[in-house]
Amino acid sequence: MLEINDLRVELEDGGKAILKGVDLTVKAGEVHAIMGPNGSGKSTLSYVLAGREGYVVTGGGATLDGDDLLAMEPEARAAAGLFLAFQYPVEIPGVGNMTFLRTALNAQRKARGEPEVSAAEFLRIVRDKARALAIDAEMLKRPVNVGFSGGEKKRNEILQMAVLEPRMCILDETDSGLDVDAMRLVAEGVNRLRDAGRGFLVITHYQRLLDHIRPDIVHIMADGRIVKTGGPGLALEVEQNGYADILAEVA
Amino acid sequence: MGRPEPKPAADARLSALPDGTAGWLAEAREAARARARALGLPGRRDEYWRFTNPGPLVAAGAPGIADAAVAGDAEAFAGIDALRLVFRDGVFDAAASDAAALAGVEVVRLADAPRAGWARDLYGRLEAAGHLPVPRPLAAANTALAADGLLIRARTGAARPVMIVYRRSSGSSDGMLHHCVRLDAGARLTLVEAGTGAARLTTVTEVEVGEGAVFHHIRAQGPEEAPVAATHLFARLAARSEFRSFTLTANGRLTRNEAFVEIAGPGALAHLAGAALGDGAFHQDDTVFVRHAAEGCESRQVFKKVLRHGATGVFQGKIHVLPHAQKTDGYQISQALLLDEDAQFLAKPELEIYADDVKCSHGSTAGAIDATSLFYLRARGLPRAEAEALLVLAFLAEAVAEIAEPDLAAAVEALLDDWIGRHRG
Repeated sequence: MLEINDLRVELEDGGKAILKGVDLTVKAGEVHAIMGPNGSGKSTLSYVLAGREGYVVTGGGATLDGDDLLAMEPEARAAAGLFLAFQYPVEIPGVGNMTFLRTALNAQRKARGEPEVSAAEFLRIVRDKARALAIDAEMLKRPVNVGFSGGEKKRNEILQMAVLEPRMCILDETDSGLDVDAMRLVAEGVNRLRDAGRGFLVITHYQRLLDHIRPDIVHIMADGRIVKTGGPGLALEVEQNGYADILAEVA
Repeated sequence: MGRPEPKPAADARLSALPDGTAGWLAEAREAARARARALGLPGRRDEYWRFTNPGPLVAAGAPGIADAAVAGDAEAFAGIDALRLVFRDGVFDAAASDAAALAGVEVVRLADAPRAGWARDLYGRLEAAGHLPVPRPLAAANTALAADGLLIRARTGAARPVMIVYRRSSGSSDGMLHHCVRLDAGARLTLVEAGTGAARLTTVTEVEVGEGAVFHHIRAQGPEEAPVAATHLFARLAARSEFRSFTLTANGRLTRNEAFVEIAGPGALAHLAGAALGDGAFHQDDTVFVRHAAEGCESRQVFKKVLRHGATGVFQGKIHVLPHAQKTDGYQISQALLLDEDAQFLAKPELEIYADDVKCSHGSTAGAIDATSLFYLRARGLPRAEAEALLVLAFLAEAVAEIAEPDLAAAVEALLDDWIGRHRG
């Protein structure tokens, strides 16, 4: 589904190399986790895949179902089924959460040649999914992420994911800033979406989130490369021994 | 605060004044004529005209633009149930207007001023008291010269808004209208104004809001691109009254909107808001002065401008708090969203506070569309143009939120949507 081949990226501003040849394949139905120390390039990888400006691809590539992801506008990537749950969800004063979500859903459907969803149908879809994430009507009415706590923002990201039903979900440090209860809600939200046709790439610092979202495969990223890949046990190893041992081992 | 030297009244318009109507109106006009002559005309060196060239507003005639097809009349608030009063090229159009009958509201044409003796205490009076902190000579000239206008008095609560619809046919019409609005104690009135009234339109609206009365004003200027306009809103607020004014300026080559609001009684509220949208040959200027002369009053000024392709926005706003106006709550924000590097925003936000127990804040910003927000929206599937449109609407939302009537707010949002849709890319 998602194939990343020898992806090399540097910052547009200053030319600093961040990704130095990333290889990664996520198949439909799989959950992959990427762990790694600060500055290893995890978030950059997620931004580059989603199409954020400010990066220059100097080599390699990434495809989603065979399509050249990096050649597409961010909105086209979304319509093709890519979703990035932001580490820092953006506050947008003046845009209602519901308006935003419905506009996004219909824009994606339109891009795929599907009929738009009516206001009533949309309301029904959102209501059920919001309830499961303990997002109340008041939160839905407020402007996007404005005045939301850290946990509310992350739950709102998962709500967007649940409504938009992407095929490839990237979660960028979705556990940061979450308390235990919020993490459980978020993880349950993600687990509900797991199915044979959908892939996940979960970026995290900690094992904790992976207790709730059980990954099939764990990658360790360091200095712009995937340096080790293993099963769920690799995450436990990091939790117990830190990154130092693993990095020493591959060095 | 010093007034500039009176200038010689060289304007041909002033020397060519027609004799006033008989009665109190004639007296009021005569007094205004003297005021206007003493004040002279505004010039680029005047403190509040540095950002805006008054040339087209003081020229001997209207700019001379293309005639407009009558069939092209599009009403900004077509769906709103209101008492409609129509002016075309600065002249009241009785045939196009609703028969003036709205319970609790009296509407008299300026030509019939003798029938509205109450207006004697209003016509020209608020204008004469409103030459602060600088003179407003265009307003004085309007009081002296206005050819037409409405005298509106609300005695109780009006069930429907009064809507003044401005239409234009002539490419050289030079409309000068003067309205007076009085709300008796406890009355409620919503005044709506919409349309391009003339190739050049100068208006003065004097509003006396009685004790506990509620006055709402929603105005849509445009959508024509070529006309020029100067408007003046003078208001005096009695105790516990409410005054809310919102203006949408979409297009217009030159628009100067002045407001002078005197909060005269305690516990009153004055909110002024504006949304301006300009693309290309557009110069829009809000010059707003709120004077707190009583205790425990609240004022807000919320002005937002969306500018591109060389459009210019100006905001000059002051909150003036007199020594005895304790417990004043004043707020002022003026912001411009510059959609390209050619657009410009000129702002002169001012606070002048002489009381010691007040809460006043002001801010002014100019910037481009936020790249992070834009990426967030696009990453959720919104095409760039749609995402930008949504962010433009979001930018204007704080001003639109000042409209208390949901149906009028929705109509304004539709106008904004329409404008943004036509000015993409």
